[in-house]
Amino acid sequence: MNKKRLLLAGLLIWLSAQVYAQENHSGDLLIKNAQVITITNGTLENTDVLVKKGIITEIGTNLKASKNVKIVDASGQYLMPGIIDAHSHLALEIINEASSPVTSEVQMSDVIDPFDISIYRALAGGTTITHAMHGSANVIGGQNVTLKLRYGTKDPNRLIMEEAPRTIKFALGENPTRVHGIGKNLQPRSRMGVEAVIRNGFEEALQYKAVWEKWNLEKQKKEINTAPPKFNSRLQTLVDILDGEIIVHCHSYRADEIYMLIEVCKEYGVDKIVFSHVNEGFKVAPELAKYTMGASVFSDWWAYKFEVYYSTAYNAAILTKNGVVTSINSDSDELVRHLYHEAAKTQRYGGLTDDEALALITINPAKQLGIGDYVGSIEVGKQADLVLFDKHPLSIYAIPQMTWVDGIMYFDRKSDQDDQRIKINIKRSPDPFRLSTGAHDCMQDVEMLFTDNYHH
Amino acid sequence: MKRQLNFLCNNRIQMKKLKILLWCCCFLLSQGLMAQIEGEVIKPYKANFLLTNAKIYTVTNGILEDHDLLIEEGLIKAIGKDIPHQNHSVIDCSGKSLYPGFIDSGTSLGIVEINSLTETQDYMELGKFTPQMQALTVVNPNGVAIPVTRVSGVTTVLTQPRGGYFPGTAALINLNGYTPAQMFGGFKGLIMNFPSATRSGSNDNRSLEDLEKAATKTLEEINALWEKAATYLAIKSKGGDMDYYPEMEQLSRVLNKELPLLIEVNAAKDIVSALEWIKEKDVKVVLTGVAEGWKVADKIAAADVPVITGPILALPTRDSDNYDAPYNNPALLQKAGVKVALRTMEAENVRNLPFNAGFAAAYGMGTTEALKAITINPAEIFGVSDKIGSLEEGKKATLFIADGDPFEPKTQIQQVFINGYRIPMTNRHIRLYQEFLDREMQP
Repeated sequence: MNKKRLLLAGLLIWLSAQVYAQENHSGDLLIKNAQVITITNGTLENTDVLVKKGIITEIGTNLKASKNVKIVDASGQYLMPGIIDAHSHLALEIINEASSPVTSEVQMSDVIDPFDISIYRALAGGTTITHAMHGSANVIGGQNVTLKLRYGTKDPNRLIMEEAPRTIKFALGENPTRVHGIGKNLQPRSRMGVEAVIRNGFEEALQYKAVWEKWNLEKQKKEINTAPPKFNSRLQTLVDILDGEIIVHCHSYRADEIYMLIEVCKEYGVDKIVFSHVNEGFKVAPELAKYTMGASVFSDWWAYKFEVYYSTAYNAAILTKNGVVTSINSDSDELVRHLYHEAAKTQRYGGLTDDEALALITINPAKQLGIGDYVGSIEVGKQADLVLFDKHPLSIYAIPQMTWVDGIMYFDRKSDQDDQRIKINIKRSPDPFRLSTGAHDCMQDVEMLFTDNYHH
Repeated sequence: MKRQLNFLCNNRIQMKKLKILLWCCCFLLSQGLMAQIEGEVIKPYKANFLLTNAKIYTVTNGILEDHDLLIEEGLIKAIGKDIPHQNHSVIDCSGKSLYPGFIDSGTSLGIVEINSLTETQDYMELGKFTPQMQALTVVNPNGVAIPVTRVSGVTTVLTQPRGGYFPGTAALINLNGYTPAQMFGGFKGLIMNFPSATRSGSNDNRSLEDLEKAATKTLEEINALWEKAATYLAIKSKGGDMDYYPEMEQLSRVLNKELPLLIEVNAAKDIVSALEWIKEKDVKVVLTGVAEGWKVADKIAAADVPVITGPILALPTRDSDNYDAPYNNPALLQKAGVKVALRTMEAENVRNLPFNAGFAAAYGMGTTEALKAITINPAEIFGVSDKIGSLEEGKKATLFIADGDPFEPKTQIQQVFINGYRIPMTNRHIRLYQEFLDREMQP
């Protein structure tokens, strides 16, 4: 009897907790009197933004919301779209499958870690979407996954942005030639080999596609009764790239290798390509503007290895002024917390306007990830991924105050607790001390191949 | 010309004239070729400058509106209103601000060129006990990162070796000069890495007991070296005939207070141990790193030890810590009464020092204290506050002109002076911008 009661009481508490959670996670919201930085339609003074079920439904003045809708008074504060990071390794358990120069069968959606505290820290810096990428060990790496930072869930799949198209990681230059050429005496050992690996991959994919097409045709005509060709996930993914179903995000640094891949893509009819890091992109800015979906760069990283020695912090400004769709990415759990500051540096290095600078971390990366119709600006009909700053987000003194994903608040500076972990390992208490190294995460999981401490 | 040549060829006497003409042509041609070497090189130059009508952030005497600043012989000769000028190069600073050059109190600038290439890493020597290794010796005055850094208003940095218990001797350098000696900023300090009894990183599974043991063992080794240095010093001071022992020679300079000891220590528990360790030692000490200083700020303040901390744009040291702990750290230390200087620990991106200070300012420190943390505070910690760290008459003319708040990314740093030298406001990043912004030959 007592046990039953206890069970019933437990069930009731659980149910009410569920209802409570539902109420707090309805995605209904009214933000009043903000300076609304829309990105695509200028900055609107003292404006309200109404959100219903996670979608922006109205932007205007004196908007009213129904009862029980959370109202935020944002007088004197700045509201902008949630920041989007087009190159990240946040919330991933593993980054590199460095076993072959081509690993297009690998999926980063299989290794999402919803417990990564860095997710919360990114939210506290106004970032709401990250492009969780495979590392740069292979010429053709794994398939990436676009994440919405719905921190708190224990279900990895809840972090996946369903609307986002497929993307894949390519990598040129020193990293693949080091890992495979120097590390394993395998092609590619040089940038010549990098081109060959891509061409070989594409050609093999075309052959594979032809075999399947032939079999499908014959099957339709009922001419044959044979077993289908052997399915190959690696080659099928390459076929999907050639068919324009996957956006290529290519780790690259030097102008020559960028130009090489542009030429190869032109030859194979691949036009969905974004170049990432792309430190020497400024040298081939007109080509990037004409033939690609853009460039995603660092604000000021350079000289950490030879292929970035001839870089300039004016890269983003040169690219922008040449008409390249340009974004600024982090590639780091540290930088992802202040991409608004990284964007601001383009005002010192090249004098970009406020709108140009903020587009680098909102609508432009959204376009590069193929999600520009859903996020990246404050517009009616778009998803309510928002961040509120106390000062203009490009000021060094700006502090993010609140962050919403789908109209649900995931960060509030006023009620922020010290310990935001959702999984605590009691055996490792106190938790380990760690100094941030400022290193990129691109080459994680391949360090054991080398003797020196090389990360980038 | 061709017709003339044909005419000249008509007789032999005039052949000589032709030869002369040809030589003349060659000479003119070579002159023409020389003229084809384009590109003007602007060098730093020293002159007497009068900066007029500026808003002067003196740091030590508040903000002076609409004042002039006179630079002569590399020094700040005068600060005042309507300073008369003769033969001075006048720079109108109306609407502009003057700041003392910023000081980064911990970098590897000038001693590494490309960090992934071991051939260019000169900041680390073999062995754990190499206090005599001199960072100043390996400063490359022509490192590409130096002009990239100084146009940001960062004029002076501590550049330091890293490695074992005592990796070497750090040096303060100004970012202008053709030799390390010309760059030397008048301070050296001995680096010590304090042994850590804290679990570090996700792969460190040692028990707390094992960690303590390992740290104690290392500290015992350090103590043995320390005692040896004391003996060395005692014998030497009594005129003993010493063998060549550069390690002990250098460490003994800490014991006789010639050189301060810069103790790198970051975890809270280790900071407390370090404070305990220095208690019995009569030496000049600066704590560096101090990432978890905010947890033991009162103890550091009570010990009256200055702190060099940073980078501020860093991840929290523990997963359980608040996301903004590193941003708050300098403010919490300063408010507890600790003298705080900031550092980036960068090589090629020391130019981010003002932004690190800006974050410290935003997260509790305020702009006045954050400005001190990259000017007068490090100058005092390094014992060079009679020369740099503020805008005062008699100090070195190491300063810059900005069109606004130098912590704000939007602000442009317009002119930098180092020891009275007018620094060319260019570098490779800027030249690449100029070359590629509006490229010829479109696709």
